[in-house]
Amino acid sequence: MMTRKRGLAVIGIILFATFPLWMKYVRPDDARYWVDVINNVGLYAILALSLTVILCDAGMYNMGHAAFYAVGAYTGAILNTQLGVPILLALPVAGITAGIFSAIIARPVIHLRGDYLLIVTVGVGEILRIALINDVFGITGGPNGIFGIARPELFGFKIKRPDHFFYLIWGFAALTLFLFNRLKQSRFGRALDYLREDAVAAEGSGINTDRYRLLAFLLGATWAGMTGSLFAAKMTIISPESFSFWESVVIFMIVILGGSGNMAGVLLGTFIVIALPEVFRDFASARMLIFGLAMMVMMVFRTQGLLPPKPRKFILPKLAEEGD
Amino acid sequence: MEEFVQQLTNGLAVGSIYALIALGYTMVYGVLKLINFAHGDLFTLGAYLGLTLLTSFSLQDKMGPLAAVGLLAIMVMGLVALIGALLDRVAYKPLRESPRLSAVVSALGASIFLQNTVMLIYGARFRVYPQDILPRTVIDFFGMPIPLMRILILLVSLAMMVALYTFIQKTRIGTAIRAAAIDQGAARLMGINVDRVILIVFMVGPALGGAAGLMVGLYYGQINFTMGWVYGLKAFTAAILGGIGNIPGAMLGGLLLGVMEALGAAYISIAWKDAIAFLVLILILIVRPKGILGERVAEKI
Repeated sequence: MMTRKRGLAVIGIILFATFPLWMKYVRPDDARYWVDVINNVGLYAILALSLTVILCDAGMYNMGHAAFYAVGAYTGAILNTQLGVPILLALPVAGITAGIFSAIIARPVIHLRGDYLLIVTVGVGEILRIALINDVFGITGGPNGIFGIARPELFGFKIKRPDHFFYLIWGFAALTLFLFNRLKQSRFGRALDYLREDAVAAEGSGINTDRYRLLAFLLGATWAGMTGSLFAAKMTIISPESFSFWESVVIFMIVILGGSGNMAGVLLGTFIVIALPEVFRDFASARMLIFGLAMMVMMVFRTQGLLPPKPRKFILPKLAEEGD
Repeated sequence: MEEFVQQLTNGLAVGSIYALIALGYTMVYGVLKLINFAHGDLFTLGAYLGLTLLTSFSLQDKMGPLAAVGLLAIMVMGLVALIGALLDRVAYKPLRESPRLSAVVSALGASIFLQNTVMLIYGARFRVYPQDILPRTVIDFFGMPIPLMRILILLVSLAMMVALYTFIQKTRIGTAIRAAAIDQGAARLMGINVDRVILIVFMVGPALGGAAGLMVGLYYGQINFTMGWVYGLKAFTAAILGGIGNIPGAMLGGLLLGVMEALGAAYISIAWKDAIAFLVLILILIVRPKGILGERVAEKI
């Protein structure tokens, strides 16, 4: 049974990994378009995974995730267009910048009650967007944004077509899945589980809750920043409108609908929120209406999301049988 | 000096609109400890319902402009109150016993749903209110021309706030609302129907929000389906500024925020106008989370 499940998973992964290759034959006219849709799914999946660390693992309602995404995208774009740094080299710098930005924001508000933190993050996102539009440091290009970002190059290979980006983006997504999964099993992940379930008990057991919360925030923001750079590389043009409040809402919605904290759930959520509206394009204008309704219905009937996380299992060492 | 007075009166008019919306946030928060994210969209709904009623009945031709607007306000407030009550029954009531995040997410869902309903019905473009309803009279205030509309908005809002305050302080239902806000369990034991209290709160708050929507339509002349969340966030800031859960606090916070925003836009920078409210919000939450007259919102472990 287990092997059969594993076999199906392997076939699924192979089918997915060769998606740009077979799509050419299935839909010869608009294969590029569909590959691009799946690339967007990949970007949102990474963003949603990074939000999961903040929202689900640490239990902090962050609805300004697009702000960290924006900081990363702008850092990458500025480094690339002003200083000529290759965008993939700028990626870690963009991540770190977004992380530092998030730490400065989060430090004073980390102890706020959940829904207030949510409002603060919304406010931060808006202030950042207004700052970008007003071209506050003279380097963000104002409302027009930044254009002419160079295509990324990997070992001398220029990544420019959607099917090239497919492997770049989903490669990064796979790396993210692997690392975040390892992180969940680590001391850090277990500490977050504890403080989310019972912050007072966690504090009592010697977990520095504020520090762990801050670290989770920093990690999620760093990852969003790196994703921002990927986005800048893919689009070659970025503007403040790409990082509006609605982006944050969409990322938040993906995590909640998919199943708070489960990675498979997050992937499923991303496909539903990002790819499904492309399939039913006649209903595109009703997309948000349906998702809003889905959020309400979901909270009433299935609070835990489509694929909720499984409780952590611990296998106890077999106890020596006593007496009898 | 003239510019200062103009900005001040403009700020007071806008601030009283913020205050009316803030009352809805604060009342719901007081009783349920829930931020009703959909409140801003109920405000939008008020503005759009006002437009529809105005254009379909053309009341201003049948009676005087003031009576027409009064009747319109009553209709809009009634309709929005009904929608508010319905919203509570559908989106919040099933979640009374659920964890906090569920109610917050449901509220966000309700907000997105309402906003997009308005968009699908009325379209995504700005809609324009008829300009000839209220006379654009300008009155002379120590040699400075002040539009009558500003003064009307301020006076009507203040009247509504005083009425609400008396309702909360002097009537039996008001007493029940205050009791439920302090301790729901104890209120229930004293024979108060807490469920009904919540329903009333979800009618009074949206009614005031709907009235504010109508005022924005009449004052600015144009409305948009997304305006609810900007006004909602600002009104929420006002509620926090004054101290959430506190009714006089919401009024004070609203007026203060309106004036700060108007003066900030005039003397600092117009491009940063919308950022001022958010900056105030963040600063107040860092420095004095309980607001000017209110309860504490930070968790201390």
